[in-house]
Amino acid sequence: MPDSTSGAVTLSVNGSPVAVPSGATVAVAVAIAGEACRRSVSGEPRGPLCGMGICFECRVSINGTPHCRSCQVLCAPGMDVRTDG
Amino acid sequence: MTAAVRAAERGAHVGIVDDNATCGGQIWRGAEEEHGPDAATWGSQLRNADIRKLFGMRAFQQPEAGVLLAEGSNDVCELHYTNLVMATGARERFLPFPGWTLPNVMGAGGLQAMVKSGLPIRGKRVVVAGTGPLLLAVTAYLRKQGAEIPILCEQTSWGSLARFSIGLALHPAKIAQGLQLKKELAGIPFVANSWPIAAHGGQVLESVTISRSGKTEVIRCDYLACGFHLVPNVELQSLLGCQMSGGYVQVDEFQRTSVKGVFCAGEPTGIGGVELALVEGQVAGLAAVGETKAAQRLFGERRKARRFARLLDRTFRLRSELSGLPSAETIVCRCEDVPYSRLQEHRSWRAAKLHTRCGMGPCQGRVCGPATQFLFQWNPDSVRPPVFPARVESLGRVGSD
Repeated sequence: MPDSTSGAVTLSVNGSPVAVPSGATVAVAVAIAGEACRRSVSGEPRGPLCGMGICFECRVSINGTPHCRSCQVLCAPGMDVRTDG
Repeated sequence: MTAAVRAAERGAHVGIVDDNATCGGQIWRGAEEEHGPDAATWGSQLRNADIRKLFGMRAFQQPEAGVLLAEGSNDVCELHYTNLVMATGARERFLPFPGWTLPNVMGAGGLQAMVKSGLPIRGKRVVVAGTGPLLLAVTAYLRKQGAEIPILCEQTSWGSLARFSIGLALHPAKIAQGLQLKKELAGIPFVANSWPIAAHGGQVLESVTISRSGKTEVIRCDYLACGFHLVPNVELQSLLGCQMSGGYVQVDEFQRTSVKGVFCAGEPTGIGGVELALVEGQVAGLAAVGETKAAQRLFGERRKARRFARLLDRTFRLRSELSGLPSAETIVCRCEDVPYSRLQEHRSWRAAKLHTRCGMGPCQGRVCGPATQFLFQWNPDSVRPPVFPARVESLGRVGSD
């Protein structure tokens, strides 16, 4: 489990800075930012369901690459994360 | 993990490929030392063994026998093998009910994984619901991290739980675990014969309606952690042509599948938990390097662990009322937003896919497949590559040098 005392990583979610414990996944950063990960094909807000890379509900763009499963990617300093919603 | 360690000990040339960022699967998640001495020993053995480790890589295609293609975040690699041990684990079974697509309705294991990855949960109210022993472990974990658990709903009956406790008598290690859990869960209302019937909220979850022994009750909460036991991940085995039986990969006494050189261990051969997976992995790893005698010495241990698997199966069978939870508008396929009413028009998984796109989104039916199997008794057709969505340039590697 990420250790909150071992320093934070700051990244950007939809242009706003978010600090997360080191070792946190991008899905966690999106949750801390209070954003939904994506909009479904009919426009519903969606967030992580399975937390293990199976359901693809937590897809976001990371540094310009679309459709990244945010629950499987660790946060890195300066990362630019964009949600659909 | 145990297959790799056992095979490497015997001098084989071993590599591990894992979709996750670390080894140890969905529960240990690279923090083996937090899961008891056995786990810690396996963790350090794996770290110290001469094993090539490829993390964050998922196998998605077999261009020819003996070769797999795996994709990472920026690259794709070709994996050549003589023997392959597949330990693809399990995922939670999700069942649709009104509101289950709202953000903050998650799998029980899903929420636990998120918290282990840094999601702040202290002071949050979490309703835990569904079925299976994972709910208890998740509840204990979340409470330890400071979450408030107003209720833990288990769909199975008190009678079936009582039979489960009696059955546990044959598994001393499980009794010890059970007693420890009981201590950790003290004071949390645990109710059987209970399940979620709707989740409510605007942009995010606000409350849950549960059916509690026949009466409905609305509970305010920040998260709903909801999973209905486990289903095996068998897509890759299907792709390789392994024979299936009742939804599981068929293996012989040495964990050999029907495909030459391909072994399978753990949940894909039957949902049985960590002890069974550890011993099956060892048998597979030893058999893969020709150490059949050493493998045979583990058969007794495996037989015992398999009894526990059958006990789990009996205890946490889904009750039929759960198939009546979706309303006409409830979305069943979350990738393509296909509602229940559109699926009712069809008679098979294939017809539903062709007419509604159910199961044709990025998850490839991993969520709605098991759900429709329960709701409509539909069986999935053959698996087609890629078994995971892959980038076009990765697919371009298929058939090229």
